[in-house]
Amino acid sequence: MTTLEFKNVSKKYRVRGSGELLALDKVSFTLTSGQTIALVGQSGSGKSTIAKILTQLERVSSGEVLLDGTPIPTWGRPLRRYRQSVRMVFQDPFASLNPAHTIRHHIERPLRLDKVVPADQVEEEVFRLLNRVRLSPEQTIDRRPHELSGGQRQRVAIARALASRPALLIADEPVSMLDVSIRLEVLNLLAELQREANLGVLYITHDLATARHFSDEIMVLHHGTVVERGKADDVILRPQHPYTRALRDASPDPEKHFAVPTTPGATS
Amino acid sequence: MTTDDLLTVSQFSVSYDVTPPVEAVRNVSLTVRRGEILGLAGESGCGKTTLAYGIQRLLKPPAVITSGSAVFHDESGEDFDINTMDEIQMRAFRWEKASMVFQGAMNALNPIITIGAQLQDVFSTHRPAMTRTERRLESGRLLDLVGVGSNRLRSYPHELSGGMRQRVMIAMALALKPQLMIMDEPTTALDVLVQREIIEQISELRAEFGFSVIFITHDLPLLLEISDRIAVMRDGRIVEIDTARKLYENPTHDYTRRLLASFPSLTGERGGFVRRPGEPALDEEAGSIR
Repeated sequence: MTTLEFKNVSKKYRVRGSGELLALDKVSFTLTSGQTIALVGQSGSGKSTIAKILTQLERVSSGEVLLDGTPIPTWGRPLRRYRQSVRMVFQDPFASLNPAHTIRHHIERPLRLDKVVPADQVEEEVFRLLNRVRLSPEQTIDRRPHELSGGQRQRVAIARALASRPALLIADEPVSMLDVSIRLEVLNLLAELQREANLGVLYITHDLATARHFSDEIMVLHHGTVVERGKADDVILRPQHPYTRALRDASPDPEKHFAVPTTPGATS
Repeated sequence: MTTDDLLTVSQFSVSYDVTPPVEAVRNVSLTVRRGEILGLAGESGCGKTTLAYGIQRLLKPPAVITSGSAVFHDESGEDFDINTMDEIQMRAFRWEKASMVFQGAMNALNPIITIGAQLQDVFSTHRPAMTRTERRLESGRLLDLVGVGSNRLRSYPHELSGGMRQRVMIAMALALKPQLMIMDEPTTALDVLVQREIIEQISELRAEFGFSVIFITHDLPLLLEISDRIAVMRDGRIVEIDTARKLYENPTHDYTRRLLASFPSLTGERGGFVRRPGEPALDEEAGSIR
C-alpha cells in the first residue's frame, strides 16, 4: 500500500515582465495505490504542474509532497528510487519515444537501470510486458517507433512505465492524441492493468466523459486550487461548484441534447 | 427544391499521385443546403480535409482531382463549377463566395503583422475601391462582431489567447459575407469552455447572416449538437449521411455505430466503457494492433 500526499502545495513560476504566476495555490490531496483519480480543469488550471511536481521535474515553492509519510527526495539515488515507484505516461506517443531506438531498448532500459529482474531474465520480462499491453512481442520488439501506429506507440509507453513496477502511475492526457476509435481501447487497457497491479492512477484530462467512467474520483482544478473533489458520478451528475457545472455544461452531451426535441443547430 | 442547394459535389475523387497512388477521396457526392451546418466526421486519414481543400481547389501536387465536379449555386442564380474556372476567377471566388477557417487556425496568423493589418488585407485584395479608413472601420466592426473588440486591431497574434485568435480567424472568414464557410477542426485545440463560446458564436452568426457551414471534426458529440446533417467519412468515402438526430438515434452503418460508441456518454450509462474486464475490442481493425 503506497500513499502519496500533497500537503498545501503551492507553485510559483517567475514570469518575465509581470512578476510571478501562482500556478498552484495550497493544493492538498492524497493518492493511494488501487485508487484512480481524474484531474480535470481547463488549460492553465495547473494540471500539468501537479504532474511535473509528482515526477520532480519541478520543485514545490511551498508545502510538502510525502510518499508514505516521508518527503519525496529531490536529487540523486533516492530520487531515482522514488521515480521507480511513480511513473508517467505522456500525452504525445510520437514525441515520448526515441526514434533512434528499438522498442526492446525502450523497455529494457528501466529494467536494467532499476535492476527489476536479473540480467538473464530481462528478455523474458520484455516479452511479458509487451504481452501485457497486448502487443505481439515477436512483431514489435525489434521495430522502431516510426514503424508503429499511435496506439501501438502509446502501448509501448505504458509498458515502459510499468517496467519498474511502480505503485503509482501519472497519465497526462494519455489518449488525446490518438484516433477516436482506439482511445477507449487504450483506456480500457489502462484500467485493466490498474486493477491487475493495484496501481494508483492519476488521470489528467480535460475530457469529462472519460474522466467520469475511468476513475473512482474526480478532482476539479481551477486557477491552481482544487474547487471540488468527489466520487466521479457525483461530481459530474451533481456538481457542487459553479465552475464544475460550467465545465460540465460546456461539454458536448448528445444524450441530453437529443433528450428533448430541439431545433437542429441550436446549441444553448 | 434545387434552389435551396448551395453546393453540389458529385462523384468527386482526389488522388495523391505518389507511388503507389493514394485515393484520398473516392466518388464523394453530397449537397450542402443554403443556411445549413453540415458536419463532416471521420478519423485522421479519412480524407475529410482533402475533400474540403478540393472543393476550394486548394490542393497542391501531388494531390490531383481525378474525377467529379463541385458546383456552387450562387444566390444570384449563377452557377460556378470549380473545375472550369481559371485562376483569376477562382481567386475571386475564394473568400468572396466560400471562405475557410483552417485547421490549427490558432497558428495560421502571421506573428509579425498586427491582426488589424491582416484583416485589412482581405479588403485590399477583394475590395480595391475601399479607402483606408473604410477598411479600418470594417475590420474593427468584424472584431466587434466576433467578440474580440475593435480595440485589439493593433494587437499582434501572440498578445491574444488561443480562443481570441480563433475568433480573429472567424472574423476574417466572415469579412466578405460568404455564402459558405468551411471550418476544418476549428475548436480542436481549445478547451471545452472556450470551445462552447466559439460554437455559440458560430450559431449566432449563422442565424444573423444565413451562411452555410461545412464543419469538419472527429469530435462526433460536438457535431451532433451543432449540425443539421452529418456525413461520416471513412477511407475517402461517405459511408452515411443523415440528419444529426437520425444518425444518433438510428445509425445504419456499422462504422457510424462504432464511432458513436467511441465516445462514452457524459451523463448516461457507462456502456461499453472500462471497468468491465474481458469486454471485446471495439473492432477487428483496432484489434489488429496485436
